[in-house]
Order: sequence, then structure tokens, then C-alpha cells
Amino acid sequence: MDRVKIKRELEMLAAKGLVAEETPEGEVQAAEVDGDEAQGKKKEDDAPRENGLLETDYAARGTHLDVQINPDQVVRAAEILDSEGMTIEMVTGVDWIKENQFEVIYDYSYTGGELFRVLVRARVDRDKPDVPTVSEVYGGANWHERETWDLLGINFVGHPQLERFLLPEDADFHPLRKDFTA
Amino acid sequence: MIKATTVDIPVSAGNEDHYRLRMGPQHPATHGVLRVDLDLDGETIMECEPHVGYLHRGFEKLAEHRTYVQNLVLTDRLDYIAAMANNVGYCEAVEKLLKIEVPLRAKYLRTMVCEMARISSHLLWLATHALDIGAMTVFLYCFREREELLELFAELCGARLTTTYTRLGGVRQDVTHSIMMKLVRFVDAFPANIEEYETLIDTNRIWLKRTVNVGTVSARDAVSLCLTGASLRGSGVDYDVRKHFPYAAYDLVDFEIPRGETGDTYARYRCRMEEMRQSNHILRQCIEQMPPGPIIGDDAPDLVMPNKPGRKVEVDTPARQGLIKLVEDRDIFMEGDVYVPTEVPKGELGFYFISDGNGSPYRMHIRSPSFIHIGALKTLAKGAMVADLIAIIGTLDVVLGECDR
Repeated sequence: MDRVKIKRELEMLAAKGLVAEETPEGEVQAAEVDGDEAQGKKKEDDAPRENGLLETDYAARGTHLDVQINPDQVVRAAEILDSEGMTIEMVTGVDWIKENQFEVIYDYSYTGGELFRVLVRARVDRDKPDVPTVSEVYGGANWHERETWDLLGINFVGHPQLERFLLPEDADFHPLRKDFTA
Repeated sequence: MIKATTVDIPVSAGNEDHYRLRMGPQHPATHGVLRVDLDLDGETIMECEPHVGYLHRGFEKLAEHRTYVQNLVLTDRLDYIAAMANNVGYCEAVEKLLKIEVPLRAKYLRTMVCEMARISSHLLWLATHALDIGAMTVFLYCFREREELLELFAELCGARLTTTYTRLGGVRQDVTHSIMMKLVRFVDAFPANIEEYETLIDTNRIWLKRTVNVGTVSARDAVSLCLTGASLRGSGVDYDVRKHFPYAAYDLVDFEIPRGETGDTYARYRCRMEEMRQSNHILRQCIEQMPPGPIIGDDAPDLVMPNKPGRKVEVDTPARQGLIKLVEDRDIFMEGDVYVPTEVPKGELGFYFISDGNGSPYRMHIRSPSFIHIGALKTLAKGAMVADLIAIIGTLDVVLGECDR
């Protein structure tokens, strides 16, 4: 595992997404723009975080690198981390209902005896929550993504088995959404 | 909208000699309510599809509506056979979020109860794993020692299983002289007990036939399948949160991480047996090094009811006026997120919190080892015999309460 290389490659990846965001093209980018417009209305409150890489204090945050990228880049990020021997710990979905967005957070760690953790996060539009699956890269991510779909309804494009998981087979709701009421 | 699930799909054309078997959710060897759908060719497993969720209680949603303090009791119900370890994991995470310092004595007490929980969990694992494979005697021996530990938990905090022993900033009760004496007796006697279990099965011909080269997983696959704990170390990967991301007092005690080489069921069995020895070693150090001092930090939220040691409690203090209000009034919550892993007996338990500055988490995600290990079952069981599946479920050491949350 090469920390410097991981940092450099992820930084480049995040920067690439930033450029693409300025000149939006293609279908995935269109979804991004919708999200930005929704955010723009309440920009005076707190500006949304831009794509990019942050180095964080492990003692305070529990992670070394915190990367925000576009949803269509998560597979590339997974490939970068996989080639360095990192493993995926979990996939967390978060419902940011005020910004009309979902956030998908991938938590990577290194199991080779050295202390290194990376958070990769991507935000998608809440109305069209499509994120490509990383289960092709990490077999173990299959279940994490299925759980996230089950509880939040984030659609992992290309996932082999998006079926009800923790919830009953006939459930037609996603309980971890903030607007869900029992 | 009702979606078709894989169970009810008939055997595909050309595979008519295959048949499907639905194992569970009430099968005793599935350690709870795990259902496994099997596609069999004779006795060989061609496809294995685990189904979970029978014990889903929605902890993550529930946590969003309760305060950080109230959520502590939920963690008992995750891995209910090692509740102490979950309590510690939760508190370590929230303390990092709230930036609370824990006194040294509390750190040692946490380490101590964690290791007691590890031994009791491993004993239950060994008992049921051996019972599944057909070794009845081990079960009785293991429960003999496990009972002693549970009695100690009851003496320490009043409950055998749902302990809720830790508090944000420390622990609930200090140990008494009686507990320490009993623990010393246990620690002295336990190594001989481990040898006793080993005499029963270590070189037992049936045990070897049922475990050697069963459920083999290579180091590379184990990492890719996100296995943790003894299931990962059995494949020779050197990874233990206690060593690499030390929490509580693990950086102050000396212990080794046992590793296997072959990655089969027997290697994992050996790993856990050695882990029990190491836990015993840690317990002994905790007893010897136990420092004096307070058991709860001064900057901890005043949440130890009814009277926090070392602080005078008057009748009309806010502490009496309800916990929720108290937490919401305090401006102690940062915004942001934090992930804290801990090594519970089953593997790596991680709590991921996203806080928006409110008194309860905006999002709490539990990374539970059992959940991921059952995910790996699909890969491990492929090509194995039905009888071996029982050994594989046993060796992964899963608890469904933790998996389904």
C-alpha cells in the first residue's frame, strides 16, 4: 500500500470531476446539475462541499483521507484503492432531505497492519438516485449496497441482486429516508 | 409491489436433477434465525443464498429518534452474547464525536469487561460449533466456565446479558473486591480449562475430518470478502483493531495476535482457542495494573443516574429533569462525521455517526461483523457438502441479532 500514490490518484480523480462539473455534459452530469440548483436556493446558509480531497486527523475523525467525487467516479476510486490492497468496510447511505440529495459513503481500510482509512463520498440527486455498483471490484460490497438500497432506495446500477434484504419481501418503502413515517 | 425472490424460482431447465432445500430459519444449527436456500446436486451445494432480516428491529432508524445516551441500550441487543464489547464500541465512538476524555481506570475496566465478553463469546462459539459437528461433551464444559463469567457480569452491573455497563465518559459501576477475587480465581483456573477442551477435540479424528480443509478461504479472498476477526486471521492476515487502532487500554497491555495459515475451519478454531489464552493474559494484566482513580470523566455529560461519583446531586438539578432535555441543552455536539472501529469477539464492529449538532445522531450506521460474514457464506459454501455448511456457519461465528440490527 502506497499512501502517497493513493492520495495523488484520488486527488486527480476528484479534480477531474470538478472540471466536468463546470461544463456539464452527458446524462449523469445532468442529474448533478439538478442537485446543484436545489442547493443553490439555500446557498447563503452553508455552501455545499465541493468535490475534492481532504486530509483529516485520524484521532478526531477516524479517517485519514476524505474524498468527495462524482457518483460516476466511485468505481474508478474503488479500483484505485483495490490495486493498493485496501478493503471496503461499509457503504453508508445518508438522506440529506433539505438539499434533496442522497449521499453514499464508502469506507475503505487497510488490513495489512498499517493504520490507513479512506472515506469516499458521492452525492446524488434524491429524485434519481443512480450510483454505479462497486461490487464488481469488491465482492463484499454486494451486501452493503443491497442493504443501502433496501433501507434508503439508492439504486446501484449494475448490481446483480437488488432485492429486499433486511425488510420483508413485499415491503414497498425505504425506512431510512427522512420522510418515511411508520 | 411484490417482487419475486430467488427461493421460489423453479430449478432451471436442464438441471432437473438438482433440487432446492430451504434450510432455516428455525434450524438449530443456523444459530438464530438465518435462512439458507440451497441448490443441491446430490449433496453438493451448487448455489447458496442466505436470507437475513428475520430479527430486523430497525436500530439505525430508531437511533435517529433517540439521544446518544438512550441509544446505548440498543447496542446490548446487537451481539447479545457479548454485549459488553458492543457497549464499549458504542461509547468509544460517541466519545470521539463529543470529545470526552475517559479516565484511565475506566479504560482498564472497559478492557477487562471486553476481554471477559470475548472469552464468554468464544466459549459459546466453541460449545455450539462443536455441538453442531457432533461433539456434545465440549458444550457442557464450555458452559461451565461461561456461567462463571455471566455471574461476574451480573455482580458487576446487575445483568447477565443486556449489560449496558459503560457510560459516555466512563463506566457505570466500579469493581468490588469480591468481583476481583472471583476474577483472579477464574483467570488462574482458565488456562487449564482451555487445555481440557483441547484434549477433547484438538486431535479428535472426527473433529479433524469435519474441520480440516472445510470452508477454506485464501488471504486474498478473505480481504475481498471483508472478513474480520478470527475469520480473517485464520487465513493468515495480520489484522486486529485492538493492535492496529488501539482503543480503551489496549495500547497499555501486552498481547499477541494469533494467526492461522491454512484458512480452513480448523485454522479458525485454533485461532480462537489461542485468542482465549491471549484474552486471559490481558485479563491478568488488567487485574495487576488496575490503576486507582475515578471511573467516569469530569467532562462527561451528567448522565450517570442517580448520583455520579464525586459529584453532589441535588434534587432540583437538571439531571433529575429528564435525560433528553439535558442532552439537548448542552452545546457539546459537533457537526460532522466519525467512524470508530472496535474489535468485538466476532470481528470488527464499527459505528459511523453523522451528527448535525443535534442531541441525537443524524445517521448512525453499524458495521456489524456478522452481517458481512453471512455475506461471505455464499462464496464459502459453494461446492461444499450440506453437512459442511453447518461447520462453515459455525466457524464464521455469526449472531443474527447483530446481523439484522
